[in-house]
Amino acid sequence: MRTRTVKSHISALLSKNKREDNRKFDEFRNISIDVNPIPRAHGSCKVKLGETEVIVGVKLDVGEPFPDTPNEGVLIVNAELGPLASPEFESGPPRENAIELARVIDRGIRESKCIDFEKLCIKEKEKVWMLFIDVYPINDSGNLLDASALAAIIALKNALLPKYDKKEEKVLYKEFTKKKLPLTKTPIQCTYAKINGSIILDPSKREEDSLDSRLSISILESGNICAMQKGEVGTFTDKEILDLVEKAIKKSKDLRKLVK
Amino acid sequence: MKAGAPDKFIVKGKRLDGRKIDELRPIKIKAGVIKSADGSAYLEMGETTVLVAVRGPREVIPRHLAMPDKAYLNCVYDMMSFATPERNRPGPSRRSTEISKVMKDALSPAIFLEKYPKTKIDIYAEITNANAGTRCAAITAASVALADAGIEMKDIVASIGVGKAGGKLMLDLFEPEDNFGEADVPIAIMPRTEEITLLQMDGDLSKDELKKLIAIGKKACKEIYKKQKQALKKKFETEKEAKK
Repeated sequence: MRTRTVKSHISALLSKNKREDNRKFDEFRNISIDVNPIPRAHGSCKVKLGETEVIVGVKLDVGEPFPDTPNEGVLIVNAELGPLASPEFESGPPRENAIELARVIDRGIRESKCIDFEKLCIKEKEKVWMLFIDVYPINDSGNLLDASALAAIIALKNALLPKYDKKEEKVLYKEFTKKKLPLTKTPIQCTYAKINGSIILDPSKREEDSLDSRLSISILESGNICAMQKGEVGTFTDKEILDLVEKAIKKSKDLRKLVK
Repeated sequence: MKAGAPDKFIVKGKRLDGRKIDELRPIKIKAGVIKSADGSAYLEMGETTVLVAVRGPREVIPRHLAMPDKAYLNCVYDMMSFATPERNRPGPSRRSTEISKVMKDALSPAIFLEKYPKTKIDIYAEITNANAGTRCAAITAASVALADAGIEMKDIVASIGVGKAGGKLMLDLFEPEDNFGEADVPIAIMPRTEEITLLQMDGDLSKDELKKLIAIGKKACKEIYKKQKQALKKKFETEKEAKK
């Protein structure tokens, strides 16, 4: 919930170089990772970022490719901001926030070209692997964006293809092969929030409720950027953005060590 | 016989997952797992896992649902898209809507709704991994979450699936027994008075078999009841420790 009192408190702290939870401006909260907690998913990961908790699951199916990419697999990312995770979320079809979250995660993965989609082709123009990534927050304490992006890439790395019966043209969903997804890179996302001129990494819920603008940056091993998203109504200067890219390149190195 | 059905449900006196016919799957319950909720619980019954959040009593939206003499109980049962072998489309279905309703009907008798007039109590159950018995798991976890939220209750509802597979009456069916067995009976009781708050049945049973199954179910619910209370005690004890 956005309130003026919370915002004035948070920005007063920031002007004294402090945060509510005593973190440095460029510090993530504690991260814990649980790999494949969902046995039914073909790959899954639970990430806890401070008190923010999210489960991402990967499901595979076989379907028809898009006509413009007849020999490539299909990626579909979806986020369900259900009422379980926050008093601010309601049941019903995905709203703006859920769609933005899903699309930011989607771009971070798709544009990094980390998945070799051609290897997911079974028969050109007819049968390809369809890759579903579903994001389910369990508790929203701020920065679902980075928690979900991290969980998504780890779930992908640990997913196993189910068996596919070529004769019957049927997927045996319960039978896992030992084949992993064709992944070549690891995009890592860092999200910054700007509050009254101060810029901080990994905003908590109350910081998120107070922010003027935010910037998410996805970085590859090479140090190149693969996706960005500026959000909310405030602004950034070009100097700020370049400075944040520099910081994200450094920060992503720490986070990448957690991806296995 | 349906495709994929096992030849036998009992091999050398044991079920396909190695259990005896009257044995529950291992149960793990944890209260207070979702920080932003007023009450919450996580429950594991073998491979079936569920998370429940309770929010309220709180303002009723839309306001016309508010009742002058008691709280409005809202229950939502949902399944994560990757909780089943084949991806299930996110969002409500006819199945989940019905289960939401039977959950509400199973839990309502245990709650002093009249103590919270003009308010709404929300229960959100999310199946994280489905291997039969998900509605029972959701009801069992929801009662723990309601108690965790400090909502006044007559009793904690405990629930379990019983049924028949391969001609044998069984406790706590898992997937092959549930899919290919002869009958399946989800049941919930208020263990203190043994009143039944949920009963569904599909398949083929004699009157005598049903009588036996209800007895098996009741006995198991009392066992689950102990675990529910343990989980709640543990949560409040650790909270007390932390405050010291």
